[in-house]
Amino acid sequence: MPTFIKRILGLVVVVVLLVGMNAAMGREGLFGFGLPYYYGEIINLTGISIILAVSLNLITGFTGQFSIGHAGFMAVGAYSSVFMTVYYSEGLEKWLTGLVGATLGQSLVFLGVIIFGALVAALAGLVVGIPSLRLRGDYLAIVTLGFAEIIRIIILNIDRVGGATGFRGRVPPWDGRPIIPQYANFIWIGGFAVLTIVIVYNIVNSDIGRAFISIREDELAAEAMGVNTTRYKVLSFVISSSFAGIAGALFGHFRQFLHTNDFQFIRSIEIIIMIVLGGMGSITGAVLGAIVITILPEMLRKLPGDLYSYRLVIYSALLIVIMITRPQGVMGAKEFGLSWLKRPQRRPEGDKPAGEKGVPIAQQPAPPKEIEQGKEHA
Amino acid sequence: MKRTLFALLLITTLLIGFACERRGAGNNGGSTGPIVVGYYGDLSGRTSSFGQSTKNGAEMAADEINKAGGINGRTVQIVTEDDQGEPNKAATVVTKLINQDKVIALLGEVASSNSLAAAPKAQEAKVPMISPSSTNPQVTQVGDYIFRVCFIDPFQGEVMAKFSANNLHAKKAAILYDFNSDYSRGLYQFFKRSFTSLGGQIVSEQSYTQGDRDFSGQLTAIRAANPDVIYVPGYYGEVGVISNQKKQLGIKAPLLGGDGWDAPQLWQLGGSSLDGNYISNHYSVDDPSPAIQKFVADYKARYNILPDALAALGYDAMKVLADAIKRAGTTENVKLRDAIAQTQNFQGVTGRISIDKDRNAVKPAVVLKLQNMKFVYETTISPEGTPVTSASPNTGTSSASTGTTAPPAPPTKAASPAQ
Amino acid sequence: MDTFVQQLINGLNVGAIYALIALGYTMVYGILRLINFAHGDVYMVGAFTGYFIALQLGLAAGGPSLVSLTIVLLGSMFVAAVVGMIIERFAYRPVRKYSRMTTLIMAIGVSLLIENLFVARIGAAPRAFPDFLGSQSQLPYRLFGNAAISKAQIIIFLVSIALMVLLQWIVFKTKVGTAMRAVSFNLNSAKLMGINTDLIISLTFAIGSALAAAGGVLTAQYNPNIDPLMGILTGLKAFVAAVLGGIGNIPGAVLGGLLIGAAETFVVGYGYHIGIASTYRDAVAFAILILVLLLRPSGLLGSTVQEKV
Repeated sequence: MPTFIKRILGLVVVVVLLVGMNAAMGREGLFGFGLPYYYGEIINLTGISIILAVSLNLITGFTGQFSIGHAGFMAVGAYSSVFMTVYYSEGLEKWLTGLVGATLGQSLVFLGVIIFGALVAALAGLVVGIPSLRLRGDYLAIVTLGFAEIIRIIILNIDRVGGATGFRGRVPPWDGRPIIPQYANFIWIGGFAVLTIVIVYNIVNSDIGRAFISIREDELAAEAMGVNTTRYKVLSFVISSSFAGIAGALFGHFRQFLHTNDFQFIRSIEIIIMIVLGGMGSITGAVLGAIVITILPEMLRKLPGDLYSYRLVIYSALLIVIMITRPQGVMGAKEFGLSWLKRPQRRPEGDKPAGEKGVPIAQQPAPPKEIEQGKEHA
Repeated sequence: MKRTLFALLLITTLLIGFACERRGAGNNGGSTGPIVVGYYGDLSGRTSSFGQSTKNGAEMAADEINKAGGINGRTVQIVTEDDQGEPNKAATVVTKLINQDKVIALLGEVASSNSLAAAPKAQEAKVPMISPSSTNPQVTQVGDYIFRVCFIDPFQGEVMAKFSANNLHAKKAAILYDFNSDYSRGLYQFFKRSFTSLGGQIVSEQSYTQGDRDFSGQLTAIRAANPDVIYVPGYYGEVGVISNQKKQLGIKAPLLGGDGWDAPQLWQLGGSSLDGNYISNHYSVDDPSPAIQKFVADYKARYNILPDALAALGYDAMKVLADAIKRAGTTENVKLRDAIAQTQNFQGVTGRISIDKDRNAVKPAVVLKLQNMKFVYETTISPEGTPVTSASPNTGTSSASTGTTAPPAPPTKAASPAQ
Repeated sequence: MDTFVQQLINGLNVGAIYALIALGYTMVYGILRLINFAHGDVYMVGAFTGYFIALQLGLAAGGPSLVSLTIVLLGSMFVAAVVGMIIERFAYRPVRKYSRMTTLIMAIGVSLLIENLFVARIGAAPRAFPDFLGSQSQLPYRLFGNAAISKAQIIIFLVSIALMVLLQWIVFKTKVGTAMRAVSFNLNSAKLMGINTDLIISLTFAIGSALAAAGGVLTAQYNPNIDPLMGILTGLKAFVAAVLGGIGNIPGAVLGGLLIGAAETFVVGYGYHIGIASTYRDAVAFAILILVLLLRPSGLLGSTVQEKV
């Protein structure tokens, strides 16, 4: 089958699945039958986790820079987009509704605030990334952690987004929507999850992506080969942050309630566990990790109380064991069944690029061995 | 590619085929078998001691009810879920309790922010929810299925302001509040408003965040302002230390607090430095009334610890619910909701509970003095006017001034394209 | 004036604890180039070990006593040293040869494991550390005006300074210290010189952990509220202190700790005059970190090190 037909067929299947699943989760159900709301909710939250994990994987798995503040960028996206929805979108939505009808009008407004959330998160990523990414990787970890904490404190200080009470809708002296509208449904969340996977996949398999991977493999060598490492690290970080912002925007419009307690340190850690479990440098691995880490705790609820309280202990023990036995994550950099997402290739397979720009230092997937050799400090 | 798509299709078909249920089936718990009530709270997070106390209280009440023959011949069964103190998880577990466990009513949460995240789920599914101790006024404004059995922040803040102005004759007050806590900020605002309207002056406002270990900076700044009283509407963990460090800085002004102080650990943390401070609370374990003494003794026998206010409120929430089910004669949601709303002068452990038109409990607060490692009853302060059917004036004025008056949000507003 | 002096006392008091913890970070980083995330949790383990020792030996019931405090302090330092060595042996050593990211994730894993184990075993609710100095009932010593200093504060100062001097002595005047400096200079060369590097690394963890435990017990005398998550934020701030002073530099860690403590307290004490709420205290450390990274990445007392290829 020609690639282009494959891609169209893929798109059709994805759309049918999204619409079908969304209908099954809705009030009416699909042909009168529906998924239990509890399952629907978990599936939606899983979709959001997938966006978070895949985007974190771009900076941590592919570029090799360790960020532990992903929840902070998610919070930035969530709060900024919901802020726009609550305070500045009602008039616009009415106007658009008059113009193109309610459904499309709402969708356009939602798309607008998602993009706004992504942009603000990207900006935050830029501000945090420039100072810390100039230096060696370890500092990024601490600075992102600190940044997430500062973001939390700043949000708590802003009365207009509910402060410590949480953000449910307008806060009285100001005028706006009384309740955050539930714009997000599975079409949006699932759609953006697919979009994130496709975009990250294409970035990773482009010149930029090769530069990212070269930084992961050996920063000094990459620098010596002419890769502007700081620039590429910041770029990777900004892209990653903006996707976290999108996840936040979807979360806010799905949950209809925001509170800083949902964006704490432990949330960032959860996302890291997803990609470690899945494999750093594997998109499909990140997706699997996101699914497991979101659904597993819900399944564990059936355990008796004592055992249930040990679930976090099991998580962290798992993290340690994986790091000792498979430092690249369970899947490593292996992917499965994703080649059809790639942009159509002009040159035939197997023909090595001769003098293209970009740095073909490391072929993808990278053998885990190369990472192990990075003991430059020893 | 074919395999990926095929796998996706297969999974979806399986999900829809096996997991799906018919939409529109009613959910009133049937009319036979045990009555299933859901409890959700923080059982493993930072505030887990509150969630555990409340759960203990509710479970003890359920056992008492079952021993006495149940409600209308049916036993009560409480299904518990842990939300780890996170709003997002609270919403998820409430969805689970409603849709998987088919509970007929919900008890929870302690923290207002968690209740605010979960209440819309209960409202949407039209399942009555009684919060034992979420004191933020916004909680019950979510909709007409959301109730509470505790007083609200405006009232509690006002109680302490009145007490310090009238009983302690304080002119200058300083405030040290927990910035991270909605509860603490609520009490702070209402104390400030009430105290200044009584002619007092706020000379210093300082804040900390939950988990802080050093308060000397704030206390030194407060000392420089030389207040008569220091209002600390926080939780026991920090308050015990604040009291200790206050003493070490040589500050003589007493601390005033709220129900968040009430926990056995307070005494170990603060020790004798706590003497001479005052708190407002829902009830006093020293109250000589036989009903309270029986509750205290039973609880002590069962859990080997003195019940704190949260345990008493959890107990009362369950009892109020049981009373409503008995009066409604059914667990059908609309009738049950109306029965809860009609609760009048219900004699609970934490006072006489009447539900007002805003679905808040109208009841008096007690002021307790801390002395020799004990809470000693000092005085009772009732809502202005007597607790009768209409809303208490407090509720009216305070919510008007916070601007949270907005009529209870009509549930239809929450309707969404997705559900 | 007396308020200023008081805030300075408060700040240095907090800073002394940060300094004790920062020493552990800086020593481990100096040798392994590893941010030992679990170090903050070792501080917590130290505080809880002291708590359980006091409970088991019945010291808590004995009332205020310096002897009890010494027993608890030494006991918890010993246990924490062992814990530190166990962590090094079973978590860090197996991944030492891997990339920095692997060791960093490992550090986070260890940190989470310790925290969650404690939460699952004893719950997240705060516990009260017994008061061995009579802080709950005793009035502070007046200095002048309103400025006062409490017994707990004096003890924290004295013990911290004593421990730091001891550490300085170990590092610069003993054979072990010389070996440590050699290892931190170049691990492989040190090995070639016949130094048992594994042992030295293990010892470094032990000493760092013991100092953190001392910080845990001492701080609990001033602030008896201990809980399993107490190490997270304190640990991070201590790390920032180590970076501020120049990571890998022992006097730098002490200076950094005292500066961060003082800065925080002054933000709380005077911030409200210029519209900064006291809640920004937690942001101070991170703001300082970002400034240091921008302006002087090697820290106040550190020297720039070129990355080796």
